[in-house]
Amino acid sequence: MFYREAGNFKTTYADDMALFPLPITRWSAVVLLVLAVAVIPLVLHEYYLSIFNLIFIATVGALGLNILVGYTGQISIGHAAFMSVGAYTAANLAVKLGLPFWITLPAGGLMAAFIGAIVGIPSLRIKGTYLAIATLASQLIIEWIINHTPAISGGAAAAIEVARPTIFGYELKSQRDLYFFTLFFAVLAIVATLNLVRSRIGRAFVAIRDQDIAAEIIGINIFRYKLIAFAISSFYAGVCGVLYTYYFGIATYEAFQIVVSIDYLAMVIIGGLGSVLGSVLGAIFVTALPVVIRLVVEAFGGYIWDPAMLSAVSASMRLVIFGALIIFFLVVEPEGLARLWRNLRNYFRVWPFSY
Amino acid sequence: MTHTRRHRLAFGLAAGALGLASTAALAQEKEIVIGAQCDRTGPTQIVGTVICPAYHHYMALVNKRGGVEGYKIRVVEIDHEYKVPPAIEAHERFKKEGAIMTSAFGTPQLLALLKKFEEDKMPVTSPGIGSSAAADGKKFPWVFPIAATYWSQAGGAVQFAKDRLGGNLKGKKIAYMFFDNPAGREPIPVIEDLAKSEGFQLRTFGVPSPGIEMAAQVLDVTSRFKPDFVIAHLFGRAPAVAIKELKGKGFPLSRVVGLVWAGAEADIIAAGGFGAAEGYNTIQYAGVGDNYKVIKEIKDLLKSEGKSLGKEFESTVTFNRGVYQGAVHVAAIANAIKAKNGGKPNGEDLRKGFESVAALDPTLDGLAPPLKLSAEDHEGGGWVQVWSVKGGKFVKTTDWFQGFRAAVQKHVAEENKK
Repeated sequence: MFYREAGNFKTTYADDMALFPLPITRWSAVVLLVLAVAVIPLVLHEYYLSIFNLIFIATVGALGLNILVGYTGQISIGHAAFMSVGAYTAANLAVKLGLPFWITLPAGGLMAAFIGAIVGIPSLRIKGTYLAIATLASQLIIEWIINHTPAISGGAAAAIEVARPTIFGYELKSQRDLYFFTLFFAVLAIVATLNLVRSRIGRAFVAIRDQDIAAEIIGINIFRYKLIAFAISSFYAGVCGVLYTYYFGIATYEAFQIVVSIDYLAMVIIGGLGSVLGSVLGAIFVTALPVVIRLVVEAFGGYIWDPAMLSAVSASMRLVIFGALIIFFLVVEPEGLARLWRNLRNYFRVWPFSY
Repeated sequence: MTHTRRHRLAFGLAAGALGLASTAALAQEKEIVIGAQCDRTGPTQIVGTVICPAYHHYMALVNKRGGVEGYKIRVVEIDHEYKVPPAIEAHERFKKEGAIMTSAFGTPQLLALLKKFEEDKMPVTSPGIGSSAAADGKKFPWVFPIAATYWSQAGGAVQFAKDRLGGNLKGKKIAYMFFDNPAGREPIPVIEDLAKSEGFQLRTFGVPSPGIEMAAQVLDVTSRFKPDFVIAHLFGRAPAVAIKELKGKGFPLSRVVGLVWAGAEADIIAAGGFGAAEGYNTIQYAGVGDNYKVIKEIKDLLKSEGKSLGKEFESTVTFNRGVYQGAVHVAAIANAIKAKNGGKPNGEDLRKGFESVAALDPTLDGLAPPLKLSAEDHEGGGWVQVWSVKGGKFVKTTDWFQGFRAAVQKHVAEENKK
């Protein structure tokens, strides 16, 4: 009904290659952006903005992991380690050299990309679960190195405090200030990924994922592109780590341990592998759903359980319901939330007629 | 406090006298909100599932007694699963609920919020967690360890070793086994310092996370280093493994002392029960056992409400820490309200309230150390007790003492000068 291509004729190459080919998608993108920039931060309480902030930061990380796992088909359980590489690089640069965030942020990303490319070398020879174990090892090695190198970790506590980011002398302190900070980078990451995946590099990634031997035969340098995939993915992770560092005001490797890697893997699998929208939906799902479940249990749980026990119940129920919902969504649509959305869109495309 | 109960309170008062109905409405206003971060479902749930209910039980008791200076206490608890992002969300939620203080749980979560507490002018307590340097109130005005930090615990452990080894450590050998993470390494500089001044030989043995396999380290300790005393600073399942391994290698457990997270009932039971762990010593920052007036009152209150005693009562070590934490909070809140002549305190007032805590709820008896907080000392003296496994239960081995206080304080000062 709303989403239909009929009547939209593409007459130029530019039209054909547009990010948003249909007026409806263009307009919804604009509306979303206006909502995010002008409405949400002004209307909502700071508490809700803090959830948005966490979602935005997670989006950057999830996009990075999706480039590697979803688009290139190389599984990684070391994503959080690359975040900590970015975090400590930025923190050291910010504290020791006093550099501002617009230098430390890309520097953290580049350092993570460099380390990521090194970690990606085994991917040339091993695949699937074997690669998963190799990246798992890298997670532990990086963690250990940071933990035991005072020059990186800044001492026994392995935590480096950084000042809040400042723009033109204005310190970004409150959740509202930081909302614009994280939103900017989330939007940047989304647009960059959308463009990356339809570029030559992105197409090479997809070819490698679908069948690497075939990809090699048609002339894709697999070694190069696999390392590029690891580097780009780690760059996103590094930036994500830097964002966390500025958001927390401290770099601590304990915030980037293996459970975090698993969380991000969950995000891209639930959201949808090989989909930008999926990364965003996955980040929202994993970050915000536990909060929503808790709020619901707090509001209505009193009718079922003893109110004095509610805090104990809500902690456990959150895990139970969250787990059940993951299973539910993956059973309903194994390809993730993004596919669910696509199905919905395709349904309404021809609605009310079924063909 | 829940809606239903608050309403019941209001109804009760209104039924008593119509004129009192307005007072009931006012009573609703007179409420102090505390935000409690918890981990009931994450890797440290072994502590969280006991300490959090204990805290709630104590606050329920305080409210039952009539609250603090006429104010009721409402605890908003959020379980962060020992993850950092949910802790950020929890903090913002507490602010939204009007909390004037936070009870923190977990070092990484505390670190990630350090700046926020300062910006939001909200005092936070971190007993047994967080950095020892925070004992300095001048440098960390908003953080209150309120119990012996790792440094004070290490001082206490060395003091205990000294007493056990005949009052002189010269030429003796002490092994320090630690969980290889920042919290595990934290006490090392203090122990190293004491090794120099006391003249004992120190060797450190790191146990990698998650610490459930340490046969190699323990063999290294018992067969190669052959120490006179072992100080163990382990978390989670690791303490139980350490006890088992040390015993298996024939090392006398009476010459082993565990720091605060290596000495709960659950650790002993996992190590093969109290019989197997006979002699094992633990450093405690709150009393052990249920032979305190406050614990009996909590049990009586639950019984009078017709509720059964939960599983949390089985672990008195951790349970009592939750009660102790609650008692310090209540004392601070009482101070803050008194200083405002009954007015509702904000975070700044409460910080001063904490800094003047000297006496706790008397029903705690010996459960609490003789702590005294001040603007300089947010740790309250660094008092510890040693409890040992003897005849199937924990037995108090020493009274409250401060181990090498001067050396510990020197470290706090040095660390904060950096």
